[in-house]
Amino acid sequence: MGHSIKRKEDARFIQGKGNYVDDIKLPGMLHMDIVRSPYAYAKIKSINAEEALKIPGVIAVVTGKDLEKYNLHWMPTLMSDTQMVLPTDTVMYQAQEVAAVIATDRYAARDGKEAVMVDYEPMKPVIDPFKALDEDAPVLRTDKEGKTDNHIWNWSVGDKEATDKLFDSADVTVKEQMHIPRIHVASIETCGCVADYNKVENHLTMYMTTQAPHAIRTVIALVAGHVGLTEEKVRVISPDIGGGFGGKVPVYPGYVIAIAVSFLVGKPVKWVEDRSENLQADSFARDYHITAEMAATKEGKIQGIRFKLLADHGYTDAAANPSKFPTGLFSICTGSYDYGTAYLEADAVYTNKPPGGVAYRCSFRVTEAVHAIERITDRLALEIGKDPAQLRFENFIKKEDFPWKSPTGWEYDSGDYHAGLQKAMDAIDYEGLRKEQAEKRARGEMMGIGISTFTEIVGAGPSKDFDILGIKMFDSAEIRVHPTGKAIARFGTKSQGQGHETTYAQIIAEELGIPAEHIQIEEGDTDTAPYGLGTYASRSTPTAGAAAAVAARKLRDKARKIAAYLLEVSEEDLEWEPGKFFVKGAPEKAKTIQEIVFAAYTNHPQGMEAGFEATHYYDPPNLTFPSGAYICVVDIDKETCEIKVRRFVAIDDCGNIINPMIVQGQVHGGLTQGIAPAMYEELIYDEDGNILNGTLMDYLVPTAVESPSWETGHTITPSPHHPIGAKGVGESPTVGAPPAIANAIVDALSPYGITHMDIPITPYKVWKVLKEKGVVE
Amino acid sequence: MKKEITVTINGEAHTVEVEPRLLLVHLIREQLSMTGTHIGCDTSSCGACTILVDGKSIKSCTMLAIQADGKSIITVEGLATVEGLHPLQEGFKENHGLHCGFCTPGMMLRAVELLEKNPNPTEEEIRWGISGNLCRCTGYNNIVKAIQYAGAKIRGEELPSTEPEFV
Repeated sequence: MGHSIKRKEDARFIQGKGNYVDDIKLPGMLHMDIVRSPYAYAKIKSINAEEALKIPGVIAVVTGKDLEKYNLHWMPTLMSDTQMVLPTDTVMYQAQEVAAVIATDRYAARDGKEAVMVDYEPMKPVIDPFKALDEDAPVLRTDKEGKTDNHIWNWSVGDKEATDKLFDSADVTVKEQMHIPRIHVASIETCGCVADYNKVENHLTMYMTTQAPHAIRTVIALVAGHVGLTEEKVRVISPDIGGGFGGKVPVYPGYVIAIAVSFLVGKPVKWVEDRSENLQADSFARDYHITAEMAATKEGKIQGIRFKLLADHGYTDAAANPSKFPTGLFSICTGSYDYGTAYLEADAVYTNKPPGGVAYRCSFRVTEAVHAIERITDRLALEIGKDPAQLRFENFIKKEDFPWKSPTGWEYDSGDYHAGLQKAMDAIDYEGLRKEQAEKRARGEMMGIGISTFTEIVGAGPSKDFDILGIKMFDSAEIRVHPTGKAIARFGTKSQGQGHETTYAQIIAEELGIPAEHIQIEEGDTDTAPYGLGTYASRSTPTAGAAAAVAARKLRDKARKIAAYLLEVSEEDLEWEPGKFFVKGAPEKAKTIQEIVFAAYTNHPQGMEAGFEATHYYDPPNLTFPSGAYICVVDIDKETCEIKVRRFVAIDDCGNIINPMIVQGQVHGGLTQGIAPAMYEELIYDEDGNILNGTLMDYLVPTAVESPSWETGHTITPSPHHPIGAKGVGESPTVGAPPAIANAIVDALSPYGITHMDIPITPYKVWKVLKEKGVVE
Repeated sequence: MKKEITVTINGEAHTVEVEPRLLLVHLIREQLSMTGTHIGCDTSSCGACTILVDGKSIKSCTMLAIQADGKSIITVEGLATVEGLHPLQEGFKENHGLHCGFCTPGMMLRAVELLEKNPNPTEEEIRWGISGNLCRCTGYNNIVKAIQYAGAKIRGEELPSTEPEFV
């Protein structure tokens, strides 16, 4: 623990020996490509595959009508909504899957896709989520019996009456309308699978890009159990994953079609989407419209918040939130500040856009929540003319007030917000920057300083409240130590680059004293790994990492018994130091863990179970609440309106740190995925539902040039309830960075009367708003 | 209408029959089963498929296999030698320059040419030099460090610290 050991997984990745889904090649494997809709909303009049089937190598074209015969044309989403696998009569969004072409190679499949003729009758789509709620808006989900509008769900939390009363009487109230736009994770590996159905054995092996293999196996069994694919006949293997960030949690139609085709033809079927399909059809993230309000005293004591949300889920609610929380953990929107009044109400609607609402390196809508609270806090500072750092210091929950109950029902486990912000301010020389800014302002130059002091909520979650499709959100670890004292450990999670093969080994090494290099970590194979809900929402360290520690402690208890037997003393007479038990007061009388494990197989006490294995399913008692203090400095060129992030200091508190190198790496990566939505990324649709930037040529993933040189550091406030005091970190920076950047830009523009700008904040948007204010030509 | 071509990959000559439209990346990955070269997009934007063709870094999704006839190619599988890892491979591992590993082969091969042309690049030159290669995981800080480390190693200078500046 606490050592920056180099990663075990890197040896294969740097030598081209990773094994990603598209690297899998099976004998007789067929290739699948997908015909997609050019329209956002249309009736399908006919699908003609005649020409496609004439192409050498094309062996079949599969439509919704074909799947309907097996009742496989619909599937559930992880939010218990429903989604077409392939349509039988209507397409609901542009790029929706319409038919699948199966061929002997990739090129023939693509030729076949081009040759399938589909006759559509376009209809006027509903694109604007606010208009979707109009009384005269066409009802989109006519497949749902009795559905009379486009409303999906309404959810609220907090005390409405008390909050309304507060807002009626408060000295100061501020309000902004915000949009957190639709974006896409765009992991560099797209999604894909090889479905390998063996007719003789009636067994499916499904290699797929999934962050949650066990849950997927259960979903496959639920969807295809009626055709004989019951859960023991399904093996999901998630090999190396080229980035996930939430986009590889859902089940996409392509996976299901590949399974259906393999099932029907008895051969392996590979489907790997291309990048444009990935951007245009796979689950998007965000797309929340937020009305944020804050009430305070005239001195700047925050008294309460009132947030109203509208979530645009597109054609179906295909998010991956815990069942009880349709708007995810947005209710963390009370932030890092001490007040007792809050009310939050959320509505969700259907539109003719691709379905989703998954994460983008963010724990269940926390990014949206943090953006809203951090922006509106800055808005308050501007309103009352107080320095935003000072306002935060005066309102932070104090270190000694943890555990702290939030007005939306959470119990924050621990934190030291004052220390974090002070450290960030010292690192960046906040006072010096404010001085410089004053001088620049006097000269008419635009420079901004933005702060974000966020509280995250991760590690879902306690089984009393957290499940997906009814499956509780525990996670698991199984440790087997071989007779020679070397171990293999398997987990219900699945790394997509987070370095689990290294950090899990470090946790077990810390607990058992077996060197990390002798502990092999495996994940991603449902036939061998214990059940777990997978890796997303920064949950692996809080759940499976905890399971590893607890399982290792079970083994240590057994080791104590064996050591007592070998040393002929009572268990109470033994003391543990990493790697061995020794007799109190006689340290020369000792047994190493290796000797003890060997005895477990060769000389164990009579009556004791032989072997040295333990499994633990860890059900967390609470979530964990990482935090951070980020400060961003921007310079804006008055001529070009170009925005330059000059410096960005990030101080993270994720509790105890397993491997500082990996934690820092997670922070760097998350920060770049924070500047991305803040300044560059947005999926844009026109009023007909056409995507305007559905390729990597125009969807602006930051390169090394746009990404600043990040300055990072940490404070440590251990989680009191986690076995090793860790909290999780993968998503904190993506959550915390956008408001720091937006706050900096708005700060730079505030002398011209600008109080808010929606992300992504581009030079064009800055120019437009400055032109409106008459500042630029 | 297949055409016979000969390409030398990592020192080994391969004579193969290819369709004229076959992309070089598909020849390498599918016909020749060297899967270390990856595909991350369909618009030549991401650089995951970057290889060296006669010493020049090329996005292999943007070149036809027949255009590589007679040429000498290095892929990630050919970076290490009997003496051990290439300095860039070492640099990426020692500096945590990769997370998921998907962009890594392309990123390293791009950096091979970058360092050959400019053995001691500034941070800004490195950032511009790899701006045709996307990484979604690392935030690039440690990729820059990895390339600086490899540069120092190739120049025979003292290696920079690989400890994270995370205090």
